[in-house]
Amino acid sequence: MGAVEKQRTQLPARDGWEYAPAPESREIVSFKDRYGLFIGGKEVTPRSRSWFTSVSPSTEEPLAEVAQAGAKDVALAVDAARGAFADWSSWKPSERAKVLFRIARVLQERSRELAVAESLDGGKPIKESRDVDLPLAAAHFFYYAGWADKLEYAFPNRRPRPLGVAAQIVPWNFPLLMLAWKIAPALACGNTVVLKPAETTPLTAMLFADVCRQAEVPPGVVNIVTGDGSTGAHLVRNHGIDKVAFTGSTEVGKAIQRELAGRGIPLTLELGGKAANIVFEDSALDQAVEGIVNGIYFNQGHVCCAGSRLLVQESIHDQLVRKLKRRMATLRVGDPLDKNTDVGAINSKAQLERIEELVASGTEEGAEIYQPPCRLPEKGWWFVPTVFTNVAQSHRIAREEIFGPVLSVLTFRTPDEAVEKANNTMYGLSAGVWTEKGSRILWMADRLRAGVVWGNTFNRFDPSSPFGGYKESGFGREGGRHGLEAYLRFE
Amino acid sequence: MSQTLALPRSVELPGGGRLPRIGSVDAVALEARAAELAKRSIKRESKIYALELAIRMIDLTTLEGADTPGKIRALCAKAMHPDPEEPVPSVAAVCVYPSLVGVARRALDGSGVKVASVATAFPSGQASIDVKLADVRAAVEAGADEIDMVIDRGAFLSGRIGQVYEEVVAVKDACGDAHLKVILETGELGTYDAVRKASLVAIAGGADFIKTSTGKVTPAATLPVTLCMLEVIRDVYDETGLVIGMKPAGGIRTAKQAIQYLCVLHETLGGEWMTPDLFRFGASSLLNDVLLQLRKQRTGIYRSPDEFTLD
Repeated sequence: MGAVEKQRTQLPARDGWEYAPAPESREIVSFKDRYGLFIGGKEVTPRSRSWFTSVSPSTEEPLAEVAQAGAKDVALAVDAARGAFADWSSWKPSERAKVLFRIARVLQERSRELAVAESLDGGKPIKESRDVDLPLAAAHFFYYAGWADKLEYAFPNRRPRPLGVAAQIVPWNFPLLMLAWKIAPALACGNTVVLKPAETTPLTAMLFADVCRQAEVPPGVVNIVTGDGSTGAHLVRNHGIDKVAFTGSTEVGKAIQRELAGRGIPLTLELGGKAANIVFEDSALDQAVEGIVNGIYFNQGHVCCAGSRLLVQESIHDQLVRKLKRRMATLRVGDPLDKNTDVGAINSKAQLERIEELVASGTEEGAEIYQPPCRLPEKGWWFVPTVFTNVAQSHRIAREEIFGPVLSVLTFRTPDEAVEKANNTMYGLSAGVWTEKGSRILWMADRLRAGVVWGNTFNRFDPSSPFGGYKESGFGREGGRHGLEAYLRFE
Repeated sequence: MSQTLALPRSVELPGGGRLPRIGSVDAVALEARAAELAKRSIKRESKIYALELAIRMIDLTTLEGADTPGKIRALCAKAMHPDPEEPVPSVAAVCVYPSLVGVARRALDGSGVKVASVATAFPSGQASIDVKLADVRAAVEAGADEIDMVIDRGAFLSGRIGQVYEEVVAVKDACGDAHLKVILETGELGTYDAVRKASLVAIAGGADFIKTSTGKVTPAATLPVTLCMLEVIRDVYDETGLVIGMKPAGGIRTAKQAIQYLCVLHETLGGEWMTPDLFRFGASSLLNDVLLQLRKQRTGIYRSPDEFTLD
């Protein structure tokens, strides 16, 4: 017995197989030199007469000029939305549904073009824009199209009515998807909208204006005003709006709430997060590692619900971290249009500086940094996927939202301690629990103060599932039947 | 956490290592990861490299009741010179039934192509241990370089894990210097957890390679089950230093599939495992599709399948 000693213990030399570049063709999308504002169904020149350039974060090449909307432009957009509201809200709901279905179908038909545009303008890998952003954006329109003529059933005996003009401000991490999250329920409920895309990622919204034209959305029902933070401020201050929905930073969210104080305008906020991804010793470790990677390196960590704090049971800490580091070494960072790229470019120079500043604080405060060997492109804004071990709850990297590909690893000993540490944050958007024990997932979900709790998965979205935060992560829910409520009043 | 493998006798491993905890596998996430890796886009020179490597990794197989010495000689000729018109490498091995090992041995002598033989009452494994061991010894004596045994799935599924282990140990002993590949027949095991456990038992018993399937049961090799077994191999290497090979077999018919397997291998175990010493494809019709694609990749033109020999 014991023939085991005959087994091999010598590794052969490493084979240097490299994947040749496999770029998605960018010919499919052609940007105009300049985009005006989309108001009343037409592209109009901004009264402000000012423009700014949208650049590609992966090459720093200018892609197109976009209008910088001033107070007058915003007022025109709100007027257009106000003007269209009476008619649109009195449409037969099943006819409104048809418009939404058409938008969904056009998004599907043009998905390759829009995916390439999203990756060019935002820096995210094409495999994510192609497999996540676009299918989900279309799914949201399909889903809410289905609700349009069933509102009475969604809220029985409450006589749901649209609010009016919805002012919607979306962030740069999922430009088109967040646009869909905002516009689809608003239109399904009979509202008209003025949407402001993020300053660094306005281009897919401008392509969406063309989608609206194709889908025969009536003029004025969807209006899009581009610009920086001042445009958003004009929109929120405008007195013609009936609703504000904002997704973005906690800081701006607070400013919006102050601005709206006393005006009686309903508000939903979806803000930052510092989610805990909690791994128990009995979990399927290799799959947990995939979930951790997906939780924090998906979209370069530019995800409000990113699993940026890894809470791992102390007994498996070393083994899990070893597996994680090895997995990180296989992440392919680079050209967002390459189909084999896993991690793309950081969205802007400002964001890159913020990430670098927080990462420097992590090292200064005594956490141990690991970054896999990685060759970054020379142009553009990039950050190597990073993990910190030996992190304490008091470190800035464990408390502040980094919004980049940076993971902080902490340990716990018991389920109670895991809950306590997970909840010990100003945020509460999401959490993940990894265990083979189904009962423990439910036990944890009852106690975690987070809007979404994922069991043995992470960053999984569906239009039928409500999404939103606790505490400084905001209030109100998007998605599902809950998502309708934010765009209705009840008589 | 350290649930060491529960075996009837303590298993000493080199370097005082112990087997990894059995652990568990999450089917949903495993399949999602495999599907993600299957989307890797392999082009140009990296594709040519992958196709040539795939040829070098093939165990060209025929396991039919109708196999004859003539059929085996034709297959061996194909194995040594897969494409009569182009310089392409030979395959790794020819895989046959024990009764035809001698024919294959003579046909392949001096070529570097190995002779692999299935054994242990292939494909069911439903025979007494003495019969199985005699089967192995006969194949080795006839000149087999590699033995592909099957585990006793009946014993495994009824919980007699110790018996499965003992059989692998005994077969390894009977192999002498021949390499041992242990077929788990994953299509009959039912869950990835069972595949993981069976992989560990086979490795503890002395397997040099673990192999998915006999090719006689559907499903045979799949990308997720291969990923699951590669993860076991990775854990075993991490914890004990043992270097174990992997052989998916059955159902791999196209060059595209083969490249997907190579991507899974590359991103799970790394470049060290990208060699016929540690990875094989058990296949027959795969070879001609790889040759066709390789010709296309080199010349830019798709040739008629009739230009490639059927053996």
